[in-house]
Amino acid sequence: MSAHTEQRLEESGPSRGRVVDTAQYGLAAFLLVVGVVVLVDAAGLEKGFADQPVQPYAFGFVIGSVLVALAALLAVATWRGDVAEAEDGEDIDLTQGSDWATVAKLGVVFVIVVLTISWLGWAIVGAFLFAGTARVLGSRTLILDVAIGTALSLLTWYGFYVGLGIPIPAGVLDGVL
Amino acid sequence: MDLLLEGFATALTPTNLLFAVIGVLLGTAVGVLPGIGPAMTVALLLPVTYSVEPSSALIMFAGIYYGGMYGGSTTSILLNTPGESSSVVTALEGNKMAKKGRAAQALATAAIGSFVAGTIGTVLLVILAPNIADLVVKLGAPSYFAIMLLALFAVTAVLGTSKLRGFIALFLGLSIGLIGTTTGQARLTFGEAKLADGIDIVVVAVAIFAIGEALWVAAHLRRKPLDIIPVGQPWMSRSDWGRSWKPWLRGTAFGFPFGALPAGGAEVPTFLSYITERRLTKHPEEFGNGAIEGVAGPEAANNASAAGTLVPLLAIGLPTTATAAVILVAIQSYGLQPGPQFLDSNPELVWGLLASLFIANTLLLVINLPLAPVWAKLLQIPRPYLYAGILFFASLGAFSVNFDAFDLALLGVLGLLGLAMRRFGLPVLPLIIGVILGPRVENQLAEALAISQGDVSTLWSEPVAVVVYVVMALLLVGTIVAGRRAGAAAPGPEKKEEVSA
Repeated sequence: MSAHTEQRLEESGPSRGRVVDTAQYGLAAFLLVVGVVVLVDAAGLEKGFADQPVQPYAFGFVIGSVLVALAALLAVATWRGDVAEAEDGEDIDLTQGSDWATVAKLGVVFVIVVLTISWLGWAIVGAFLFAGTARVLGSRTLILDVAIGTALSLLTWYGFYVGLGIPIPAGVLDGVL
Repeated sequence: MDLLLEGFATALTPTNLLFAVIGVLLGTAVGVLPGIGPAMTVALLLPVTYSVEPSSALIMFAGIYYGGMYGGSTTSILLNTPGESSSVVTALEGNKMAKKGRAAQALATAAIGSFVAGTIGTVLLVILAPNIADLVVKLGAPSYFAIMLLALFAVTAVLGTSKLRGFIALFLGLSIGLIGTTTGQARLTFGEAKLADGIDIVVVAVAIFAIGEALWVAAHLRRKPLDIIPVGQPWMSRSDWGRSWKPWLRGTAFGFPFGALPAGGAEVPTFLSYITERRLTKHPEEFGNGAIEGVAGPEAANNASAAGTLVPLLAIGLPTTATAAVILVAIQSYGLQPGPQFLDSNPELVWGLLASLFIANTLLLVINLPLAPVWAKLLQIPRPYLYAGILFFASLGAFSVNFDAFDLALLGVLGLLGLAMRRFGLPVLPLIIGVILGPRVENQLAEALAISQGDVSTLWSEPVAVVVYVVMALLLVGTIVAGRRAGAAAPGPEKKEEVSA
C-alpha cells in the first residue's frame, strides 16, 4: 500500500505535468466497440413471445448503452490525466517497463497449442505447452523442462482418465496411451 | 445440533477427510506461492467437479479457502510483498517482526489467531445461515431482484479505488453473461453454435484469474530474487499469548460481519482491526517496528471474514468475494443452486460442508505450525516453472470442459482480457460476479414481472425490496460524498479517485 502511494507521489510530485495514459484510449475504444456490438445484436433480435415480460433485447439495450457511456467517461477521465493503478504482486516488478515481447511469445506457444491439440492430443501438446512457456519465461534447461512437461502431461492424462474418469481424447497417441 | 453431528459423520468419512487434508495443504501452498491465490486454485480445480462427489469437492474447496487465507500471511510476514489484498495489513507489522528475528512468533500468532477466528466464525455461520435462509425463503422475486442488484452495485461501487473501473469491469462481465440462448433467442453468439449455451463460467474464471495473472506477471517478472527471511519452528512466549488473545477476538468481531455483507470483503476489516490495535495497545512504541498485536488482529479478521462470506453464499446464493464466486460456480456445476431451499433440500451436503470447516480449521493449525519452514521453502520455486505450471493447468481445466480446441481459443482471448484488466487497473471481482449474477438478475426480473403480469410496481411491492433500494440509495450518496470530500482535499485538474481505505 505504502509502495503505491510513494510511486504515486513521485509521478505527480516533481513533474506536475498532466500525464496522459494514451493506451487507456484504446481501452475506451474497446468498450465502445463492445457496447455497439451488444446494441446492434440487441436491435437485431426479434420480438419474443407475448407472455415474455422481459424481452430478450431489454438487457442488451441497457448493457450496451451503459458500456458506450462508460467508454465516453473513461476517455474523458483519461484526457484529464487519470492513470490506471496497475496490479501489484509478489513476482511483479512495476518499476521496470513492460516486457510485451515475452507475452507475445507466450501467445505464439498458446496459438500452436490451440491449433494442434485436436490432432496431437493432450499428452504431447501439454508437454510442449509446459516446456515452451517455461523456456519463454527464462528457463534454460531444455531437457529438464521437456522431461517435467512430459511427466506432467502424462500424469494428468492418466489422472483424469483413471482417477477422475474423464477421458481426455488421446489424439494421435490413441491406442498408445 | 443433530444436523451438525450428522454433518460431522459426513465429513469424517476417510474419503472426505482425505479431501479436507488435500484442500488445506493445497490452499496453504497456493496462499504461500506467489501469483496464485485461493480463487485461482479453486478455478483450476473445477474439473474435479465432473466426477468427484459434491460433498467431497466442497469440503476440499472449503479447505482451500481457509488455507489460502492463512497461507497469504506467511508470504506477507516473510517477504513483505503480500499476494492477496487481504494480507496487505499483515505485512505492515509482520515483516517488521520477521526482520527483528521474531518471524516464528509472527507466524504463530497468525496461525493460532486464524484458528480462533475461523472457529468462532464457523460457529456464527452455523447459527446464522439456517436462520437467514428461513427468512430469505419467504421472499419473492422482487426482493431477490433487489438483493442481487444491491450485490452487484455494492461489489462494484464500494470496493476498489476507482468506481469508474469497477463499473467497466461489471458491465464487461454482464455482456459476457448475455451470450447464449437462455431467453429463447440467440444473443451475441454471432451464429456460432458453440456459443449457444453461453461461455462456460469455468473458462471465464480460469482465463481471468489464471491466464490473465500469468501473462501479467510474464510482462513484469522480477529479475532479482526476493529476500526471504529464514524461519524456524513457530512458537510464542507467555507475553506473546497475553498480547495476542484480545486482538484475535476483536479481529474476529470486525471480520465476520464484513465478510457477511455484500461488499464487505477482507480488506476493510483487516485495516480497521489494525487501526484499533494501534490505538488500544500498551506498547505504542512497537507499532511500526513489529508489534505482535498488529499481526494477531488483522489475521483473525481475515479468517473470520472468510467464514462470514459463506453466510450470504449458502443462505442467499450470493457470492461476495472472488473465491466465494468460484465456489458458487462449482456448486452450480453439480446442478445445485445455493439459496434458501439449498439447506433444506441438501442437508447432508450443507451440514457436511459446515462440519468440514471446523475440521479444516483444526487441520490448518495442526499441519501448519510444524510445516512453516517447508512452506517458506516453497517461495524459492523457480518462477518459469511456477507460471508454466499455472498456464498448463489452466489450459487443462478449460480443455476438459468439452475437449474442444474452441474452449482453449476462448481461454486465450479472455486471458488477454484478464491481462488488459490488470494493466488498466480494472478489478476482477465485479466482472466475475457480473457473469454469474447477470443472467440470474434477468431471470428474477422476468419472474417478478410474469407474476404481476407486467406491472412494474411489483418491484417495490415487498418491504425487503424497499429496504434494499433505500440501502442502495444511501450507498450511492455515501460514495458521492466520499468522492467529493476526497476531491476537495486534493484539488487540481488531476484529482484521482484515491479513496483507498
